[in-house]
Amino acid sequence: MTQQDRTQTADGHLEVEHAHHGPAKGIGRWLFTTNHKDIGSMYLLFSLTMFLVGGSMAMVIRAELFQPGLQLVEPNFFNQMTTMHGLVMIFGAVMPAFVGLANWMVPMMIGAPDMALPRMNNWSFWILPFAFALMLSSLFMPGGGPNFGWTFYAPLSTHYSPDSTGLFVFSIHIMGISSIMGAMNVIVTIWNLRAPGMTWMKLPLFCWTWLITAFLLIAVMPVLAGVATMVLTDKYFGTSFFAAAGGGDPVMFQHIFWFFGHPEVYIMILPSFGIISAILPTFCRKPLFGYSSMVYATASIAGLSFLVWAHHMFTVGMPVAAELFFMYCTMLISVPTGVKVFNWVATMWRGSLSFEVPMLFALAFIILFTIGGFSGLMLAMTPADFQYHDTYFVVAHFHYVLVTGAIFSVMAAVYYWLPKWTGHMFNERLAKWHFWCSLVSVNVLFFPMHFLGLAGMPRRIPDYALQFADINVLVSIGGFAFGLSQLIFVVVLVKCIRGGEPATAAVWEGSHGLEWTLPSPAPYHTFTTPPEIK
Amino acid sequence: MAHRKQAARLGLMALAMFGFGFALVPLYDVFCQITGLNGKTANRVAAGSVSQDLSRLITVEFVTYTATGLNGEFEPSVRRLQVHPGEMHQVDFTVTSHASEDRVMRAIPSVSPGLAANYLRKTECFCFQEQPIAGQSAAVMPMRFYVDQGLPDDIELFTLSYTLYDISEPVAKRG
Amino acid sequence: MGVRVKLLLLLLSLPTSLPVLANSRFNMTPGVTDISRQVYDLHMTILLICVVIGILVFGAMFWAIIHHRKSKGAKAAQFHESTRVEILWTLIPFLILIAMAVPATRTLIAMEDPSQSDLTVQITGSQWKWHYRYFDQGVEFYSLLATLPQEINGSLSKAGNYLLEVDRPLVLPTDRKIRFLITSDDVIHSWWVPAFAVKKDAIPGFINEAWTRINTPGMYRGQCAELCGKDHAFMPIVVDAREPEQFAQWLAQTKTRQAEAKAAEQALAAMEMTRDELMSLGEQVYLRSCAACHQAGGEGLPGAFPALKGSELILQDRAAHIDVVLHGKAGTAMQNFDKQLALKELAAVITYERNAWGNDTGDLVQPGDIAAARQGQ
Repeated sequence: MTQQDRTQTADGHLEVEHAHHGPAKGIGRWLFTTNHKDIGSMYLLFSLTMFLVGGSMAMVIRAELFQPGLQLVEPNFFNQMTTMHGLVMIFGAVMPAFVGLANWMVPMMIGAPDMALPRMNNWSFWILPFAFALMLSSLFMPGGGPNFGWTFYAPLSTHYSPDSTGLFVFSIHIMGISSIMGAMNVIVTIWNLRAPGMTWMKLPLFCWTWLITAFLLIAVMPVLAGVATMVLTDKYFGTSFFAAAGGGDPVMFQHIFWFFGHPEVYIMILPSFGIISAILPTFCRKPLFGYSSMVYATASIAGLSFLVWAHHMFTVGMPVAAELFFMYCTMLISVPTGVKVFNWVATMWRGSLSFEVPMLFALAFIILFTIGGFSGLMLAMTPADFQYHDTYFVVAHFHYVLVTGAIFSVMAAVYYWLPKWTGHMFNERLAKWHFWCSLVSVNVLFFPMHFLGLAGMPRRIPDYALQFADINVLVSIGGFAFGLSQLIFVVVLVKCIRGGEPATAAVWEGSHGLEWTLPSPAPYHTFTTPPEIK
Repeated sequence: MAHRKQAARLGLMALAMFGFGFALVPLYDVFCQITGLNGKTANRVAAGSVSQDLSRLITVEFVTYTATGLNGEFEPSVRRLQVHPGEMHQVDFTVTSHASEDRVMRAIPSVSPGLAANYLRKTECFCFQEQPIAGQSAAVMPMRFYVDQGLPDDIELFTLSYTLYDISEPVAKRG
Repeated sequence: MGVRVKLLLLLLSLPTSLPVLANSRFNMTPGVTDISRQVYDLHMTILLICVVIGILVFGAMFWAIIHHRKSKGAKAAQFHESTRVEILWTLIPFLILIAMAVPATRTLIAMEDPSQSDLTVQITGSQWKWHYRYFDQGVEFYSLLATLPQEINGSLSKAGNYLLEVDRPLVLPTDRKIRFLITSDDVIHSWWVPAFAVKKDAIPGFINEAWTRINTPGMYRGQCAELCGKDHAFMPIVVDAREPEQFAQWLAQTKTRQAEAKAAEQALAAMEMTRDELMSLGEQVYLRSCAACHQAGGEGLPGAFPALKGSELILQDRAAHIDVVLHGKAGTAMQNFDKQLALKELAAVITYERNAWGNDTGDLVQPGDIAAARQGQ
């Protein structure tokens, strides 16, 4: 690290680092660290691990669905796989990846020395592996792990669930606490530690979208904890929140769950919007189009997300008026989302585009996320939703939004900032292989699922009727190819962390923003004196 | 320190939202009553009817279900009634228990279309109550009701269902 | 230019190829009811709108990708906002949405009007079968998956309607408004027949309504659409739609047949079956109705479904064993088999459970014992 103490900044003048102590040595560095970069790295590595764990569960699912009939796994185990795949990917891969990115980038983007609450930061990370160890260990308990879908609808998750459900609820609680602490940190950091002159409307969009996401997290994660607690007491302590026999109502579970669940969807996509809004101007060499409307669109998406929860449950039976209300509100969300997409296209328009790997992922994001948005709009139409609901059409929809949306944006972000983190350029050729293999396979994987759903294949089934056989083969092949493609990603990452061509401070020709004024790799302590924003 | 103060405030916000999660339980009932969601009927006894509307005729159907674990039968005295809004009616529901020992049962009502639930006024009802039923015996549970005149015009027919649960075990556990 | 124009024309002609999808097995079915047709039309309309918007937006993107690239020497413009354009592309989508909402609202209101029906059918879901009851006629039966376990595990080749075949389909009349009253006995299920565009959740303790009016006779198949546990994939729905006269005939016949079966059942109560008869019939019934949870070898799934092999309840309390099979256990997946199996089958399966897999109680349960247990003796 010492040779990096004196480095050239983008502005061209010499800067002597004030902090002379580097990181501690050994495992203690990671266990007790309060450094936002260390914690960010740990979050990202954790997320990668969970992405591979959740991915291997998806491989089990796709292998079983390769052909009609039961070949590899029992239906009960299959249900555990679909449940765990969902939980691991949402709470283990996507959310920690965003928190990791926030940890690394928010202080560097706003010119802060670190996160505002560093010790809490350490805690919020270190309870996560514990939560997932608990949850994954339940797979090996008698009766197996959670098998009721990641949405854990009562009473399937209460009176009819396996003995391990208590562990599931407990691990959900820990994940919730971790997310809430992470969100608090982001809010306090952005609120208080912006460099002098960084007014709200100069805040990078990644910080804006994360700030709004953090408020969403604080608003809804406790509700998830609450509903999980009710499941716990219904199952073990004789309460009847969701048991009709005791005067409760199973439909109420769905209302409370989706009151959390829909904002949760935006928690997983708003930071992506911020990432794309950071990457696109760099490689278009042109400022982002409509910065302020981007901010307002993000805020209105977040606001509307509290008014649409029941569109996940049109088939439970509701008065027409309620169905219409939720249908209209859901359709309305496509307006601010559309504004974002149009703004991105306008940013590209008459720019000077180059196609480095982060840009490729960002472009794929815009197109594929928009396809996910279209199917979302179709799903919003209540009468048509009766046909789409709980079929593979829905599976296709949310994987377009979450895999080619959230995950692609995370990959774009990793490629974008990796040289800043490691000080090395990654292997561009391999990374391009990773991109093209992922792009092709992900579409072979998810696009035909639309047809499966329209043709009538329900989701969450381990075996299916013969007319779905040919498309399922295609989907499974796409699935295996997408899974294997991610191994290239791992290779690129390992190679880049180990070494590679040294990166400049600016890294990309068109980069802009405070993080690019720092040397690459970013020193252990940065912005110990706040920069001045003009 | 400013950071801690703000963090504490955010923590309180999270705690409040945890509480809100539980507050959603009673709020949900209110919500159901306003919108007629899920056909929940009011869990209280209504006052008597004031006046009748003889120009309208509404069909009320009664269906009964016995839940798993219940050894017996549960039947209404009539499956279908034509009523004028405001007119009082009585329907008797008979439980016949084949169990050898005494049981405790509870009937859960549900109305479809859900909107009608708000206009079904029960002046005497056994809904939600714990009903001790002696082994090998029958019990008659009367329900007196009228349909409120405010019932929306497009509803000509609605269904009241009762599902009878044997809740002896949880009751015994409670002590 | 020529190539560009051709490309544009090709892209613009894409939406016109959509109708080709119409009767393809890769698209939503237009179904056999007026409502399902409306839903299908709505689906195609939105799809078309989405495709057109997609072509415009992605077209602009690709135009920029092709023409505004640095390698072609493009110089970046520096504009970064335009209030007029931004207002425009907020308003236009809004208008498109209103255009979409109109047909959607109309269809929805038509769908949610179950009034003036000609026939009411009560549908009850339970793990993992459907129960149908004709409300006014009192005819009722269970409908179970008819696909053989050997087809599922691959030792027999799979028949044409693999996983979409039941032992007793729901028979319905055409040209009549049929109202469904849907509920569940245990967890949430969802009754879905794509050809009718009916999908409604079955919720324990609550009733839900849906309706249909079938235009063409035929066999229509669907599946449970809400995850309901282990065998969620194995509870199909088959509807046999017949002309009203044929339906009436079927209903009358079934009614007499069920009454006769009930009378025959009474006579059975006095009958004594041999151990072999009981055990062999018992094994068949067990594999069909019990093995899904308790497993073929009676070992159960620890933590989920209890073992019967060596079960204390079976070995020590004969009356309790009979009671739990007949009436099920509240709040668990154990159902009420009294309604699902014949007297003979109940006696056989209970005898089987008491004597198989080393459960050597040695005692036989006769149909008469079951009849007595029904009366609580």
